[in-house]
Amino acid sequence: MTKSNAEKCRNAPVRHVDVEPLVKEDKVHTSLYTDKDLFNAEMQKVFTKTWVWVAHESEVGEKNSYKTAYIGLEPVIVSRDRKNEIHVLLNRCRHRAATVCEGKRGKAKSFVCPYHGWGYSLDGELRAVPKEEEYEGVFEKKDFPLIKVRHETYQGMIFATLNPEIEPLEDFLGGAKKWIDLFMKQSGGYPMKVLGDHRFRFPGNWKIQLENTTDAYHFPVVHKSFVSSLDDETSEVFDFLDGEGFVEDLGNGHSVMVMIPELVDLEENLDAPIPGRFESFAEELRKEGHSEDKVRRLVRAVGGSGFNLNLFPNVACSMAFFRVLRPISVEETEIHHVAIGGEGAPASFNQLRMRLHEHFQGPMGFGTPDDAEAWERVQKGSYAGYDDEWILVNRGQSKLKTSEDGNVQGAVCSETGMRAAYQQYKKVMTA
Amino acid sequence: MTAELINLVSFINLEADMLDFHEYDQWLDLWDEDGYYIVPIDGTTEDYANTLNFAYDDAAMRRLRVQRLVSGEAVSTETTAKTIRNPSRFRVLSTEGDVTTIRCAQIINENRHGNLRYYPADVTYKLRRDGDSYRILEKVIRLQNADNHLASIGYIL
Repeated sequence: MTKSNAEKCRNAPVRHVDVEPLVKEDKVHTSLYTDKDLFNAEMQKVFTKTWVWVAHESEVGEKNSYKTAYIGLEPVIVSRDRKNEIHVLLNRCRHRAATVCEGKRGKAKSFVCPYHGWGYSLDGELRAVPKEEEYEGVFEKKDFPLIKVRHETYQGMIFATLNPEIEPLEDFLGGAKKWIDLFMKQSGGYPMKVLGDHRFRFPGNWKIQLENTTDAYHFPVVHKSFVSSLDDETSEVFDFLDGEGFVEDLGNGHSVMVMIPELVDLEENLDAPIPGRFESFAEELRKEGHSEDKVRRLVRAVGGSGFNLNLFPNVACSMAFFRVLRPISVEETEIHHVAIGGEGAPASFNQLRMRLHEHFQGPMGFGTPDDAEAWERVQKGSYAGYDDEWILVNRGQSKLKTSEDGNVQGAVCSETGMRAAYQQYKKVMTA
Repeated sequence: MTAELINLVSFINLEADMLDFHEYDQWLDLWDEDGYYIVPIDGTTEDYANTLNFAYDDAAMRRLRVQRLVSGEAVSTETTAKTIRNPSRFRVLSTEGDVTTIRCAQIINENRHGNLRYYPADVTYKLRRDGDSYRILEKVIRLQNADNHLASIGYIL
């Protein structure tokens, strides 16, 4: 296959950093947080070579809608055209490279470059070129569409890749698919819908966030104030470090951390007593005339699932929301906490899900600011003695089991998920 | 400035001073029990209940937010020891009975880990007259960069 110029560029040598000696089974070298050359190599070897999450289908739910996103450092547009087809396009005018779409998400009839007015339809075709006669005999419009990026979808989650040779998405997700299926049950029997997102940045490396979604160990320490803000029954639910939860390596860098085993399958145990904090919600649903079965299904779904599914490299299905990370620089990362609910679900269901999201997530939640503080301190501390010092990911290493799916499994507070992510990282960085 | 506007401005300055000087119990007392403290993401919406916000606090959530600030349990609340805010550019938008809607500009300056950062916002208050003073029915803080990315904010805006 002939390689395009873009591929050649993405494969061009960046300053070589040998990752082999930097990632051990039980520890990773501190330079993984601080080395600028390594960051540049990661953008090329991780983000342009694997499947990267770009959107949920509901974010481009209608014809002529779009959402902007990034694959590593490359801006892309996810669009749904007038024929209802979804596209992922490089957000770059074919003329002189200006971005053609700057909105977060919305509706548009076309993407028009602000510089010289080249206009593209939502499927990427170049439709309008001012002073077109000057291009007569120079080029044909049909040869200069916005560049299409390969994408595939699983359960409404749209992933894109800049690597034309990569395996199909479903093969890449592999053992994670079972958990994505379970995660989707929290929309309570309605199609899942993105309700909005919280966006914030912290001064630290992207892998600090990648680790955090599979780190139960920090929860009672960092989130003490969040737990204190809960009623007694709920705070017991969040007291999971000594429970029956686990972390399982799902392959390809993905892992699942089950914190609350009784909330793995939200369509089971519908007869369980309704938790006190959801009683008024249940009552509201009953007053609206919903059947008891439906009330119980919605009550069970409203708080989200009891696990974090960490998908390498940039998205997690995290209890009740999607956590998306976007690397900005070696020491800056943007996080999106994407709230989800049900399309057409009772308003009270989506309202409660948003209120629960606001309680913990986002830059003003009762949880996230404390996470961000800890991550910022990790980055700051990592400049101390970094040539000699390592980041430990060895907790629970001597107490591993084999799961019923045949995977490596450790206790809920083990660092099994981090080891899984770093072994995949090493694999792609040394390929 | 009319006497009424002087009273409104004084009340808003008082609220700002209480937050900058951590007088949270007194701050909670400024509120109507049915009042809402709201930090929207979408600067154009007024349907806050059906929209994802950064904060949408009823009385119970406001009390929990204060408790979090004073508990000593939240590390992020310890690192922004001091904020300085200056409400200005006041304009009464409407008065209906004893309820006045007033808008102002507010810039909050924070010092976190030695880094100065500021958050400009349009703030709209719905204030109900209560004797010589007012009760807050609604305070909506529309941050200038709400629709982009923020940094984490551990304090009350």
